[in-house]
This record gives sequence, C-alpha cells and structure tokens, in this order.
Amino acid sequence: MAQVELSRIAYARSGDKGDGSNVGVIARRPEYYDLLVSELTAERVKKHFSRICRGKVDRYEVPNLHALNFILHDSLGGGGSESLKSDAQGKTHGLGLLQMQIEVPDGLLED
Amino acid sequence: MSEKTVRVANGQGFWGDSPLGPVRLVREGPLDYLTMDYLAEVTMSILQKLKSRDPSKGYATDFVKTLERILPEVVEKNIKVIANAGGVNPRACQEAVLETIRKAGYQGVKVGIVSGDNILDRLEELIASGEPLKNMDDGRPLSEVLHRVLSANVYVGAEPLVEALGQGAQIIIAGRCTDPALVAAPLIHEFGWSFDDHDRLAAGTVAGHILECGAQCTGGNFTDWRKVPDMARIGYPIVEGRADGSFDVTKHPGTGGLVTIESVSSQLVYEMGDPKNYITPDVVADFSSIQLEQVGDERVRVSGVQGRPRTETLKVSISYSQGYKAVGQLVVAGPDAEAKARLCADIIWKRLSLDGVEFPASDRLVELVGSGVCFDGIAPAPENLSEVALRIGVRSPNRADVDRFGMELAPLVTSGPPGVTGFAGGRPKATEIVSYWPALVSREKVETQVVIEES
Repeated sequence: MAQVELSRIAYARSGDKGDGSNVGVIARRPEYYDLLVSELTAERVKKHFSRICRGKVDRYEVPNLHALNFILHDSLGGGGSESLKSDAQGKTHGLGLLQMQIEVPDGLLED
Repeated sequence: MSEKTVRVANGQGFWGDSPLGPVRLVREGPLDYLTMDYLAEVTMSILQKLKSRDPSKGYATDFVKTLERILPEVVEKNIKVIANAGGVNPRACQEAVLETIRKAGYQGVKVGIVSGDNILDRLEELIASGEPLKNMDDGRPLSEVLHRVLSANVYVGAEPLVEALGQGAQIIIAGRCTDPALVAAPLIHEFGWSFDDHDRLAAGTVAGHILECGAQCTGGNFTDWRKVPDMARIGYPIVEGRADGSFDVTKHPGTGGLVTIESVSSQLVYEMGDPKNYITPDVVADFSSIQLEQVGDERVRVSGVQGRPRTETLKVSISYSQGYKAVGQLVVAGPDAEAKARLCADIIWKRLSLDGVEFPASDRLVELVGSGVCFDGIAPAPENLSEVALRIGVRSPNRADVDRFGMELAPLVTSGPPGVTGFAGGRPKATEIVSYWPALVSREKVETQVVIEES
C-alpha cells in the first residue's frame, strides 16, 4: 500500500447549497472509482472537514461519471449573505477534500 | 442532407461575469441562440429594492449594455437571445431594450417578456388559500418572517420561453426562470419536443446545467488548471443539440480553455444534490443516466439522458431581511505578523466593549488570511508568516452597532502594534443581510404571461 494525496487519483469541484456545500469528486480513471467508494466514506469526509462542517455529511454515488457527490451540511457559517467567512460559498471545499491522504493498493497507480 | 443541429451558447454565467463572453461568442463563430444568466437569490432582493425606489428599475441593466454592444451581429446573423435579465421588472427591461434597438436604427425586432413569476404582492393571498410556503430546510411557515420579506419569485421553466419563441420573439427577457430552462427552451422549440417527452426535456435540462455557469465547463475553475491553455481567451460554451436529445458540448475554434470529459464532468457535479433527482419545473432529470464521450478535440458528446414527469409543485425563492453585517480588512506585516494580527482583533473587541458595544462570539469573525483559513483543520498552518490580512467582521440586528464596529479598524494603524497597514476604501459600513427562504407552491397557483413588442 502507498499513501497518496487524493488529488493523485481524483479531481473535484465544490459550491454552495443553501447553508451547506456540495463537493463532487471524480476519479481520474474509471479503475480508481471503486477505491473512492471504499475510502471516501461520509464519516471520513465529515472527520476531514470537522472544523469546517458543523452538520452531517451525505454521500451520493454517481457511477456513470465515476464520481461521488458529498453534501456538507452547515459548512458555510450561514447561508445566503449571512456568512462572514471568506469562503462563504464553499468554493475551496473541493481543494480541501483533495488534500486527504488515501491508501492506494500497490500497482493501481501508473508511474 | 446532414442532420439538423442547433447551436446554443451561454455567454454570462452570473451577473458580474466578463462582458467579453457574449461579445466573443457572437463574433468568433456560428451561433443560433445566445443565452445569458443574470439572477441569483440575493440579486432578486437587490432588484426589488431598486424598483421600490424607482418603478422604472429592478432589472439587470448590464444586459441592456451588453445587448447594445452585440446588436449588429445579433441582427445580421439572426441570433436569438434569451436571458433572465428581467429581474422583478421584465416590462421595464423590455422598454429599455426596445429603446436601445430603435436608437441603433433596427426596425421590426421582436422582444418578448415572460412574467408572472413575481409573487411578492400575492404572498398573503397565497397563504390564505392554503399555501403555507414552509421553509424547505426547517419547515417553518412563512408567516413567521412575512413582515421581513424582501422578494418572492417562483422558478418558472422552459414552457413560457418556448411560447415566446413560437410567437417569433428574437429577444426574450424572463424574470426568475431557471438557468437550465434558458438553454432547454430553444432545443424544445427547434425540435418540437413535447412537454411529455421526459427524456428529451431532461436532456435539454442537462445541456442547460452544463452551460449555466459559463466557462466553468470549458476549463474555468478546473482542478488541473496548468493543463488549461490560454485561459485569458477562454471560450464560452456551446451546445450543439440534435433531435434525438443527444448533444455535443464544444466552443468556438481557436478560443482558449478546453472541452474534455473531465471539464464537463466537473460542471455536472457542480451544485449537485441527489443525482437521480434533479428537479426543475419541466422535468425530474436523472444525472445517473448521463453518458459522456470525447468525440473530437474540443467536443464531448452527451447522450442517454433520462427523465421522469415533473412534480406538482414549483419552487419559490423568497428572500428576507436578517439584520446587518460588516467586514473589514487590515494588512499586518511581520515580524510576528500573526501574533500582532490577533492582538489587533482583541483590541477591536475591547475598545468596542469600552463603548458598550458587544457582539456574541457566534456573530463575530476573525480570519488571518494567509494562515490557512480555507483549510482549517485540513492542512497544517504555515509557520512564521511575514504578513497576513486580518479580516474581521460582525453581524447584528442593530445597524448602529455594526457601523460602530467599522470605526475601530483604521485607528489600529496609529494606536496598535507596528506594521499595520493596507487600510483602504474607508470604514466598513453596515449592509443588510439577506437570507434565503426556499419554499414550494402548487403549480396551478402560478400563471405566466408572455408579451411581445416590436421595435
């Protein structure tokens, strides 16, 4: 097993959804998708964003796009124009998730 | 004879997007329809306020300026323009557009408007008729905040836009219609799709979703940004639709950016909720049915999209006043930049307290921008910063308290630690907090109108 940053095997985009954000994570290759499904559990994502996301995390699978979609509830410091934060729209949450460390089986990654 | 295709582009992802988007789209290649998106939830309340002060305002004035600029190409190439620029006053927007077209010397250009989405004056009547307009997030009835409501608009779909196209409008101005409907409507109109044809309606909706944020599907905001060529000249997106509902996402040849499965997938997951249930006024689209294929250098084919019948309700976007806020910024330079910035924040709270002004911790914000605020708890904070931006803010129901806060930033330059600078733009002033109240209303309670006028 090798430990790599999630950005090695996936790309991402995020934005606001009410007082929460959504983070879409897409596998760089179809063969990485199963690893995303097993490694990126809602619990693990909630823990990763523990200082940012105050609500629960929902996860949806989108196998046709080799993607997972996460909803991070209560993660913007208030919805609409209520929030005082720099990132009041969760635009950086995708980059935040891509910094997670992931265990990758030997041989899965090309060099 | 080759198969009929219809080219629909989006040149404006939101109010404030680059004015170059629509200009370059009409000049740099062929186009049948140009769509532009202007409205966000907060925008509606701002426009409502402008209209209450001046009945001739309340629409996206940028749209009229943009139209003036692209009018020669629009008329000569017979490009149809569809925008939700009407805000809370589509009629006034129509007048301004007609005036602009006449001044430019073009006669017989048909300008249509879609109205009926604005239900601000109907809220009490709707509540009395058994529509509680409950907050979709927490279930509270609207009556709790009714006296603080600033705007209320129903999201309308493609139907009235298709009606306006059927009546021969070349320019269509809508109020709060959904962003994807701007793109779905011309496809429905051109191919004669029925509003019972759920799969094709869903395909049009997916096309609209891919385009609705402008260049975000052609390499903007893309994870692998180093791979995106010539971002300054990024091409705004074009959909080439076909009768069977499949379509290609592309951009004009020679423009910057890229169109790949990666760039399109990134936009498909943007603002996504439950992928199987993407609900619009026209259809429930199933994003888990979408198939993507790279069929050319800058061309991604989208096919297989499935949909289900529309819901019985329409979504309402209501905004209401929730007090005031102000945020200001100072630059604090090292040595010990972080420690000095924290001291500055502390001094501000203590000085306000000396003057009897207090804000609870939940309504205060201190961010040391540069120290990793966006990745709090995720990435280790950098050490020994040579400078940080102190971003400090408050919110309160009391406007005077918020303005009082704004007076304590600049004094730190002369009565705080050394190295405090970068205070520009005057004192931060209280601005109204506009909160969002999503609700549902029965479909039969809302009627849209289409009115066409000629220049």
